[in-house]
Amino acid sequence: MSNEIELIKDPGLPAHVHRSTDTDPKAAARAERQVAILFGLSAIGTLTLIYSYIFIKDDVFVFIPILGQTHLQQLGIGMGMAIALFCIGAGLIHWAKTLMPDEEVIAQRHEFRSEDADRSEFIKTVKEGASAAGLGRRPLIKSTLGAALGLSALSPILLLRDLGPLPKDDLSKTSWKAGTRLVTDPGDRPLRPEDLEVGAVAQTLPEIAPGEHRLLSDIGKDAVLLIRLRPEEFNLDAERLSWTHEGIIAFSKICSHMGCAVALYEQQTKHLLCPCHQSTFDVTRAAKVIFGPAARPLPQLAITVDAEGYLVAQAPFNEPVGPSFWERSS
Amino acid sequence: MTARERIAGNVAGYVDDRTGAAKWMKKNLTKVFPDHWSFLLGEICLYSFIILLLSGTFLTFWFDPSMREVVYDGSYEPLKGLEMSAAYASTLDISFEVRGGLLMRQIHHWAALIFMVGIVVHLLRVYFTGAFRKPREFNWIIGVGLLTLGIVEGFLGYSLPDDLLSGTGIRIAEAIIQALPLVGSYLAFFAFDGAFPGTAFIPRIYTVHVLLLPGIFLALITVHLMLVWYQKHTQFPGPGRTEKNVVGYPLMPVYMAKAGGFFFIVFGVTAFLGAVASINPIWLYGPYTPGQISAGSQPDWYMGWLDGLVRMAPPLETHAFGHTISWNILIPGLILPGIMFTGLALYPFIESWATGDKREHHLLDRPRNTPNRTAIGVMALTFTLVSLINGGNDIIATTFHLTINQMMWFSRIAIIVLPPIAFVITKRLCLSLQRADRDLVLHGRETGRLVRMPSGEFVEVHEPISPEKAWLLTSHEQLAPLELPEHDASGVRRAGSIKNKIRNRVSRAAAVAVPKATETERRELEGHH
Repeated sequence: MSNEIELIKDPGLPAHVHRSTDTDPKAAARAERQVAILFGLSAIGTLTLIYSYIFIKDDVFVFIPILGQTHLQQLGIGMGMAIALFCIGAGLIHWAKTLMPDEEVIAQRHEFRSEDADRSEFIKTVKEGASAAGLGRRPLIKSTLGAALGLSALSPILLLRDLGPLPKDDLSKTSWKAGTRLVTDPGDRPLRPEDLEVGAVAQTLPEIAPGEHRLLSDIGKDAVLLIRLRPEEFNLDAERLSWTHEGIIAFSKICSHMGCAVALYEQQTKHLLCPCHQSTFDVTRAAKVIFGPAARPLPQLAITVDAEGYLVAQAPFNEPVGPSFWERSS
Repeated sequence: MTARERIAGNVAGYVDDRTGAAKWMKKNLTKVFPDHWSFLLGEICLYSFIILLLSGTFLTFWFDPSMREVVYDGSYEPLKGLEMSAAYASTLDISFEVRGGLLMRQIHHWAALIFMVGIVVHLLRVYFTGAFRKPREFNWIIGVGLLTLGIVEGFLGYSLPDDLLSGTGIRIAEAIIQALPLVGSYLAFFAFDGAFPGTAFIPRIYTVHVLLLPGIFLALITVHLMLVWYQKHTQFPGPGRTEKNVVGYPLMPVYMAKAGGFFFIVFGVTAFLGAVASINPIWLYGPYTPGQISAGSQPDWYMGWLDGLVRMAPPLETHAFGHTISWNILIPGLILPGIMFTGLALYPFIESWATGDKREHHLLDRPRNTPNRTAIGVMALTFTLVSLINGGNDIIATTFHLTINQMMWFSRIAIIVLPPIAFVITKRLCLSLQRADRDLVLHGRETGRLVRMPSGEFVEVHEPISPEKAWLLTSHEQLAPLELPEHDASGVRRAGSIKNKIRNRVSRAAAVAVPKATETERRELEGHH
C-alpha cells in the first residue's frame, strides 16, 4: 500500500557523552577530593553531636535569628546528626555521579505470561487438584466445612467481648441530680448567682463528696457551661425560661455533634462556638444550632438556687448529652 | 588482582558455598534500574519508614503508655504539680529530661509527615503516568492499603502523648464509632473499656501503633518492593526505550551508592527539621481533659481533609422509631472516604474495563496523552484539596480576616462545583498540549528570529527539532474507542446492550485525542515549503 501512514521512527539510544571526570584525570582527582571532604564534614557532624551531648549544659539557651530562643544542647545534637548523615549521603551520591560508570545499560524484559504449554499444564493441575478433592461431588463436606469455618470466625469476635462493658444506659446518664450544686472547674467552689457578672461564663461540674475522685469519663459527660445574660435578652418559651435563674443559663459543654468541649463564647453575638467543627449555638434561644454540622441544640440543664443561695440543678438533664448514638430516641 | 578484590571474591565464594546464591546474585546485582527523579518518591517513603522504626524504638524506651494518674514533677515549671496521665508525663520527660529526646520526638513526627507526603506524591506520580496498569495492579492495591494504614498509624501515633489536642482527636474518633447504626455504642464501649475516655485506650492503641501496624507495614512494604524487583521498574518513554527493555544503571555499584546515599540524605534532612523546626509542642497544650479544648484545633495534614469534610457536612440527623442516625457524621466520616478509597483501589480495573486494554505496559504515559485519566485525577485532587482547605477553615478565616461562615459556604459550594470544572479544564489543557506537541513536530521550534523577506513580509524562522525529541512526542499510541455491539443483526437490542452502550460511551471519552504527527505528514509539509 502506497498511502500507508508512516510514523516517526525511534532514533535509538543517543550516543554516550563522557563526563569530564572520565576524560580528565585532574577532574577525577578533584571529584575524589570533594567526596572525601564531604565524608570529612560528616565526621565533624558526629563530633559536634558527641560534644553537645556531653559538654553542653541542659539549661543553656541561645538566641538564634529566625529560631528565637533555642535550647543549645538539642540544637547541637540535632545539627550534628543532620550534618553527619546528610554529608555521608551527599558524598555517596557525588561519588556515584562523578566517578562510577555512567554508561546506560539495556536489559530485556520478559512477558510475565508463561509459555502456553506451562500455562495449560498449570491450569490442568489446578482443575485436577480441585476435582481430586471432590468438593463439587461431596456437598456434605462442602457445606459442613463452610459452616465450620464461618462459625470459627466467631471466636475472635467473641474473645474480644471482654474488652469493655455493655453501654446499658450509660450514654444517657450524667451525674447531675435534682439539688446537685454546680462547682467551678477547676477549684471545686460552689457558685452563687452574684459570682457571675452579666456577660460572664463559668465552667462547672457537679459537686462531689470531699475525698472522692472525679473520673475523666464523668467530666466527659458532666461538664456544664454557665452563661449570664440580662433576663430580657432571652428568647425562650416559658418552660425553658423557668430553667434559667436570674439570667443565668446552663448548657452541657459537650458538643451535640462529636463531643468536643464547646468552649468559645462570643460575648457580643451571644453565640457558643465549637472549635472542632465550628457548630454555632445561639445562647438566647436555648443553644439552637445556627450554623455548622451539629444537628441538635446543646442540652440545657435546669438550674435554681438552694436554701443557702448556691446554684444547683433543678433536675437531671432531660436528654442524653454528647454526640448521637443509635439508641438515642430524640 | 588487588588484595581487596581477592577478599571480595573470597566473601562471594564463601556465601555461594553455603547458599548457592551465585546464580541469583549474578543476575540481580547487575539488575538495571531506570533513572528519573520521580522514582525517588517511593524511596523517600521507604527511608522515612526506616527512620520511623529507629526513632520510634528510641521513644519506646522512655514512653509509659499508661493512663495512670500521676502528679507532674519534672523540670517544666508551668505544669508542675498538675495531675496528668503517665503517658503525658513521660512524653514531657522525653522532651525535657532525656538528652536528645525532644530531637527524637520531632524527628519521629517529621518523618511521619514526610512518610505520608511521600506516599501521596508517589501515588500521584504512579497514577498520572499510568504505572498502575497491567501487570502492576496488585502493587497499586498494596499501595492504597499502605496509604490507608499510614493515615491510621499516624493518627494513633499523635494520639499517644495524651495531650489536650490529641485527646480531642480521639474524642472525635469515638464519636464516629458511636455513630455507627446498631453496633456503635457497643463498639465504642468495647474500644474504650466503658465510657469515653476511660483508662484503657492509650495502652491499647500503643500495642496497635508499635506492634500490629508496623508488622503489617513491614510485610506489605516487603511484598511491594519484591514485586517492583520482579516485575522490573517502569520507564519513561524516550529514544531507545521500548515496552520490551529497561534502560538505566546497574544495581551494583551505581544504584546501590545512589539509593544508599539518598537514605542518608533523607535521614539528614529529617534530623535537620527535628533540630530546628518545632513540631507538636505538647507541653503548650496541657494534659487531656474532656471538659477543655484549645481554639484552632487542627489534626495532622493527612487527616485534615477528613476533618474538613466533617466540618462542611450539613446538619442532618434522622430520628425514627426511637433510634438516631447521624448523617452529619456517617456521610463525611465513613461513607465518602469509603467511596473515595474503594474507587482509588479499583481504578486500574475500571480503566482497563473502559478502554478494553488488557495488555502489559512498562512504558509510562505522559499525562497529556491520557486526558481523561489526568482529568479524573485532577478532579479527585480538587475535591480533596477543597476538603483539606476546609479542614483549616478556622485558621484561614482568622489569617485572612474572613468569617467562618464565608469559609464554610465557600467549601460547601466549591466541593460540588470545582471538581467538574477542574475535569473540563484539565482535559482541555491536555488536548491543547497535545496540539502543541503536534505543531512542534510538524513545524519545528520557534526560534524568535524574524526574517524580512524581499517582498517586505516578516516571517519567524522555525528550526526542526531533534529526532530524539520528535520520537518522544510521537511514540505514544492512540487507542481507538471500543465499538461493542449494542444491537444484534436484526436491529434488536441485545442482552447486556446497556452495559456495552455505557462502555462505548466511556471508551469514546477516553479516546479523545489530537492525532499525533506522523512522518508522512512531515514530508507532505516539507513538499509545500
